[in-house]
Amino acid sequence: MQTVTPTPQSPQELATGLREVGYLPGESTALVSYLATRLGKPVLVEGPAGVGKTELAKSLAAYLKRTLVRLQCYEGLDEAKALYEWNYRKQLLRIQTEADNAGWQDVQEDIFGEEFLLPRPLMTAIASEEPVVLLIDEIDKTDQEFEAMLLELLSDFQISIPELGRIEAKTQPVVLLTSNNTRELTEALKRRCLYLWLDYPDLEHELAIVRLHAPELDETVARKLTEIIHQVRQLDLKKPPSIAESIDWARTLLLLGANDIDHDTFIKTMSVIVKHRTDLDTVAARVGVALQQQDASAA
Amino acid sequence: MPPPPNRTAKNAAIYGGIPDHPPGNLDGQLLSFAEDLRQEGVAIGTSEILDAFEALSLVTWTDQSDFKEALAATLAKSNDDRRVFDLVFDRFFFRATEAQAARERITEAQAGGEPPGDINLDTLRQQIAAALRDGSDAALRDLARLAIAAFGRGEGSGVLGVDVQRIRRALGLRTEPQPDLPDDDPRHDGLPRDQLRKFEQHLRRELERNLIERTASLPPKRPLNELDRALPSGPIQDLAAVHRVVAQLKRRLATQGHELKGHNRHAHVDFRRTMRASLQTGGVPVALKYKPKRPRRPEIFVLCDVSTSVTSASTFFLSVLHALHDAFRKLRSFVFIERISEVTEVFEKERDFRAASEAISRDAGVADISGYTDYGRVWLEFLTTIEDELHPRATVIVLGDARTNGRPPRDDVFAAITAKAGRTFWLNPEPRLYWNYGDSVIAAYEKHCTAFECWRTDQLEEFVKALTRPGAA
Repeated sequence: MQTVTPTPQSPQELATGLREVGYLPGESTALVSYLATRLGKPVLVEGPAGVGKTELAKSLAAYLKRTLVRLQCYEGLDEAKALYEWNYRKQLLRIQTEADNAGWQDVQEDIFGEEFLLPRPLMTAIASEEPVVLLIDEIDKTDQEFEAMLLELLSDFQISIPELGRIEAKTQPVVLLTSNNTRELTEALKRRCLYLWLDYPDLEHELAIVRLHAPELDETVARKLTEIIHQVRQLDLKKPPSIAESIDWARTLLLLGANDIDHDTFIKTMSVIVKHRTDLDTVAARVGVALQQQDASAA
Repeated sequence: MPPPPNRTAKNAAIYGGIPDHPPGNLDGQLLSFAEDLRQEGVAIGTSEILDAFEALSLVTWTDQSDFKEALAATLAKSNDDRRVFDLVFDRFFFRATEAQAARERITEAQAGGEPPGDINLDTLRQQIAAALRDGSDAALRDLARLAIAAFGRGEGSGVLGVDVQRIRRALGLRTEPQPDLPDDDPRHDGLPRDQLRKFEQHLRRELERNLIERTASLPPKRPLNELDRALPSGPIQDLAAVHRVVAQLKRRLATQGHELKGHNRHAHVDFRRTMRASLQTGGVPVALKYKPKRPRRPEIFVLCDVSTSVTSASTFFLSVLHALHDAFRKLRSFVFIERISEVTEVFEKERDFRAASEAISRDAGVADISGYTDYGRVWLEFLTTIEDELHPRATVIVLGDARTNGRPPRDDVFAAITAKAGRTFWLNPEPRLYWNYGDSVIAAYEKHCTAFECWRTDQLEEFVKALTRPGAA
């Protein structure tokens, strides 16, 4: 797969590229991604859930024509699942097949070779012949020990394996780390990263995103939809609707063939954007009633 | 017009003057910018500064947003830092431009910004109010300059804040509705508060610019307004913002147990379980079993001052504690001014911060006559009501500014309370700088308890963490 990977020459060029693969970046998003590709530094992306942090990585990979290697973090993630593991079954087999006629020295050198190494996502990203985009998702879910382990990888793009020595990156990967900010990340980690805060987009920006993903939806309906979403986000909710949910809602309206968002349609479909029972009540009471008044005045 | 030299010298003495030599090239400027950020508490290391230089070499500097974002991405590493960064960025480059202009003696008039001669004051009022309602930032800035030209003539009072308010009043701009104005006047229904604040910022900035121009001297650098980082301090505080803080705290507290996994090395050996396990290995204790560390679930008694000076901090703190009530075995809250009153039920029923604070001010009946805090009487009442329930596993938390208004502090009674309870904490919503000044007697109480500063959300978070940290007890 010897494709030419584009190297953007300016933030604007990168923004255009991302737009072509279906991601509308904000100004700072484009700039920081550009810096990341040029400086070769990892980017720490923070922000509320569902503003497109993971999507940014996917789109970057699509635009740069690189493979995306994804490591989903969770509590208790350790080296064996993130970096590498010795394939001990294969090692055992090897020892058994050669047990009689090989000396210990030979076997030992043999079984700790790359052949017996099971690469995990981080290792894959490092050892890849082609440059990749590495996404370390929800880094805040892991513990601090794991963060510390990442430091070597993030600053020098290398991994030390005690039995083998150092494995250095053959190509420079673009690394994105995402975090929902459930805990404070260590200073050491932040120091090695560029920082990008992704927030909910403003009205026009979100409208553009919705129009991009649901182009068949009528413009006035799409505008009303984004306005309502913004109103809902102002409320004190357990989980405010994300961009993904606005898009889902737009698609739902398309399926239902709705050509206006009136009170009835809203009440029927609002479970697409609000996902807590108490939130549903709040939204119905505040936004629903406002819509009802609008309907009444329109009629 | 350059001012006469003797005046410049005098003002320079007051304001600190213009730095003699410009701090040189861009490198120097950036370093002093980083130094400014450090002073405001953003942790910036050498590696960050190097990154910033490297990043700047890749963007075009003619675009202000690119320049700013490149710096922000390399220097500010959290959302809070980013907020500070924006404020410092504006302040720093505003001052740098003004200093340069003053050094080269460029004034507004030379630059071609001739102030318009006649301004119709009523039209101006209407225009400003309309701009405030529709919210265009650039229009606001221009109108702020006009307003100063119209109302801010002369030297002003010398205090920027006073001048800003004077101009605002002269324009008749208020947030509350003004029903006596005609219906089509934008001020009729009151103006949006954020917009008004933004307008005041523009006014302040323009006034500052004028002042620098007149005196040819930079005023001393103001440290950032702590308001942005402080606990919610007024009834206007957005309810949703309060809940966001609480939700954040809750999530962080829920995850903090896991961070402590690595600290288990000093756990105590569970002898019984170790012996039981050793039966598998023929009585040789091969695998040691440790006592599990249980999260501390303290019994908590909270005493909060709700006199006017600290009331919002208290209510906020109480709602945080009650939102976290499942982390504690038992939680009883009291509020006090001159006497105490239990409000545990109010918070159990009321999830809503504002409703709770209204219920307290309505029903608690804690002020007798003066409305000033009487610590001595409060300790006595607390001790008599609750004495039997205090035991070494109980935690007492007091939130108050320890200002006795000249009444006896009765720290002997307070000592009796702390002797009965296991731990006692004092949260003071005043910055440590003000402690023990005036009628603050925190030193007398601090002998018997641990006192914390608690006027920012991060301090509060630190405290709640300390409270729930698993450990002895």
